[in-house]
Amino acid sequence: MKKFLNTYDEDCIACHACETICARTYFKVDDLERSRIRIEEQEKSAHIVTCNQCETCVKVCPTLALTVNAQGVVLLNNRLCVGCYMCIAACPNESMFRYLGGIIPIKCIACGLCLDSCPTEAIRIEEKKENEK
Amino acid sequence: MTNRKILAEFPYELKPVEKGYNRRTLYINLSTKDIKSRPVSDLMIDKFVGGKGFDLYLMWHAVKDTTRWNDPENEICISFGPLCGNTNYPGSGKSIVTTISPLTDIPVDCNVGGHFGPYAKFSGWDAIEIQGKSDEEIIIYIDGDKGIVQILSAPDEEINSHILAEKLIAEFADNPNSYQYVSVVSSGKAADYVPISCLNFSFWDKRRKVARLKQAGRGGTGMVFRDKRIKALVVKYSGLKGDTNHPVDLETLQKTGLKVHKEIEELDDQQNRMRQVGTAHLVEIMNDYDLLPIKNFKYGQMEEAKGLASWEFKKLFTQGLPDGCWFGCSMSCCKAVDGFIPRTGPYKGQKVTVDGPEYETVGGCGSNLCIWNPRDVVELNFYCDTYGIDTISFGTSCAFAMECYEYGILNKERTGGLDLSWGNADSVFELIHQMGRGEGFGVIVGQGVHKMKEIFAREYGADPKLLQDIGMEAKGLEYSQYMSKESLAQQGGYTLALKGPQHDEAWLIFMDMVNNQIPTFEDKAEALHYFPMFRTWFGLQGLCKLPWNDIEPANNAETDEPAKVPEHVQNYVDIYTAITGKPLDKDELIRQSERVYNFQKVFCLRMGKGRRIDDIPPYRAVGPVTEEEYLSRQERYDKLLKEKQGIDPEGKSTQEKMALLRAYREDQYQQLVDAVYKRKGWTKEGIPTIEHLKSLGMDLPEVVEVVKRFL
Repeated sequence: MKKFLNTYDEDCIACHACETICARTYFKVDDLERSRIRIEEQEKSAHIVTCNQCETCVKVCPTLALTVNAQGVVLLNNRLCVGCYMCIAACPNESMFRYLGGIIPIKCIACGLCLDSCPTEAIRIEEKKENEK
Repeated sequence: MTNRKILAEFPYELKPVEKGYNRRTLYINLSTKDIKSRPVSDLMIDKFVGGKGFDLYLMWHAVKDTTRWNDPENEICISFGPLCGNTNYPGSGKSIVTTISPLTDIPVDCNVGGHFGPYAKFSGWDAIEIQGKSDEEIIIYIDGDKGIVQILSAPDEEINSHILAEKLIAEFADNPNSYQYVSVVSSGKAADYVPISCLNFSFWDKRRKVARLKQAGRGGTGMVFRDKRIKALVVKYSGLKGDTNHPVDLETLQKTGLKVHKEIEELDDQQNRMRQVGTAHLVEIMNDYDLLPIKNFKYGQMEEAKGLASWEFKKLFTQGLPDGCWFGCSMSCCKAVDGFIPRTGPYKGQKVTVDGPEYETVGGCGSNLCIWNPRDVVELNFYCDTYGIDTISFGTSCAFAMECYEYGILNKERTGGLDLSWGNADSVFELIHQMGRGEGFGVIVGQGVHKMKEIFAREYGADPKLLQDIGMEAKGLEYSQYMSKESLAQQGGYTLALKGPQHDEAWLIFMDMVNNQIPTFEDKAEALHYFPMFRTWFGLQGLCKLPWNDIEPANNAETDEPAKVPEHVQNYVDIYTAITGKPLDKDELIRQSERVYNFQKVFCLRMGKGRRIDDIPPYRAVGPVTEEEYLSRQERYDKLLKEKQGIDPEGKSTQEKMALLRAYREDQYQQLVDAVYKRKGWTKEGIPTIEHLKSLGMDLPEVVEVVKRFL
């Protein structure tokens, strides 16, 4: 089984608390561009963009910097990454991100910290079968 | 390192690349074992940019007017260009190799992938210049992590590339997890004997766990390399990051690269399928348009050629891997056949990974010889690479020999028992293995078409005029694998190319023949000015041409000049400025190329070629040499006589019609040459005028001195 962050757009109120906690945790800044989860505000709703651990990026990485751990989570080895961004282009749900001044891309590693910050349970850690997209 | 002596050692200070440049080049003399760092001047950067420009500048000052390929002062120069090694924009890992060619006696330049170029650049060098000759077998080692260059003895190793590259990677890498940080340049056994030779640039394929090989193919670089007794160049560099080229504007570089990655992701499957089959997608297109070379460029189409279509190679190529020859190349066109087992030769029965075949190899080693089994083409590709043979010159040379066999100029007695009938793959395998062993008729074929013409006329009394007509070479270099017969513009594209007939200066067949976009001489001349200049630019920067127009933005057809792919031209302008910080626009881009192009032209003149008489194609590249060729396209040719020449073909013999067509086409070609020379700023004899050189800022004293000899 794979561990991943499942999202429920209909429950999202676009408070951006998840982005804030993510950016603070990994970059110690309040810049939402550094978050590994992104909230896209639409006219009457919101869309939560984050990695579903589908592994498409793993297949295109030329340096094998992207690997899958025992829980099925895709991890980026910063030491091996050469910042080509082929993974960003290949990501089918656009959840591999870049940010101004950054060299390596960033992605959700299903750590679950954002869950606690979400007031509506629009984000949940769930499990799916290996081959389920 | 077992059995190695350090013959010379040069420690140097490691410094970061700044804005794409190191501002120093590495000079190595194998005769004296001298190793030096040389500064890069502002003049070099302003007028020669980098890449091929640096190579030619260094070579110009190293050789004499009389230097030939095997003189010690001849150099192998390898340069990388300011944009080389960025990991952001697809196709940014190219090295450019130059030397005085054993086939043409003038500078030849090859654009080649693999990891050597970027790693050598990030080790601290904008170019490597190798002069002199060693008196023993050696390896040149650049340790870009420690800052040491060494010349090492190399008494024991295998020479063939697929073995040597892997052996050296294992030897010089810190550990098996670090193989990807080492790259090797090598040639092969055949380069000891035949000039149609190449160099292989490796990259370690982490998924396949093999050394992949990319070729600096044209003009005999391998033979110069082996004549200097170099077994290999090895570089190690483990510090690569996404900003190692230290661009001034990383943001623009990243965004522009990402835009093209996304285009490829979205559009490649609908456009050229480069990620699935590489350039092999061209085989069926060329066959459909009567442009695939068959039987030494006699014909352009055959039903049997469907056996070499890309869908056949797709079955052999391992799918779904990021097959870029440099990091960040999402075009991923360097396909590979894994687990291939050769049926002939010294590696018969052994499992190997074969790079390619690309379109040119399918044309050269397949259709042009009437070899229709894709596995035979893969095997010839494998042996060409590992023996250090250029697949293009190999194909065109074998095709010439086979046609001579068809006409009885050659027979079994003269070929050492080989039946060189069209399609006899076993004989072609024997030719290649003879090249690898340095024996038999294979060594004659390996001299290339120009030398074979001399030998067959002298030894076998063959008609020199027929040999001239069917021998597909100009300036000593074999034609690459497109039919130019029905495209006047492409006849110019090939034959006016400075180094010899290679399609990397201009590929105008569709613009000219299919889409009729350049009908007048002036239109063709403009295309033969713009495209060679635009394409030259890739070689100055360390870039690959393919991501320019083998993927196109979705709205490209709606632009004013779709053949130029305007959005991608702007991308190149943007990433040049993003890396170097220097202003550029699309016009100055062309002028950067014009400076180096004219310098190369004058360099050719200095070495004894580059005049109008050197720009004459064999008639096979222009029109039908034989009756069977005329008759195969009789309707087309009869119509041309009527419409273009106002001659009624009725009642005329085929020979009469052929003579009339020939006179017309040869005259058309000469008129084209007039128009192109004028557009390029050259005299009617093909000499750049002093005024033109001044207008480009290339009236350097040494250049003017050479030009004056010809004016």
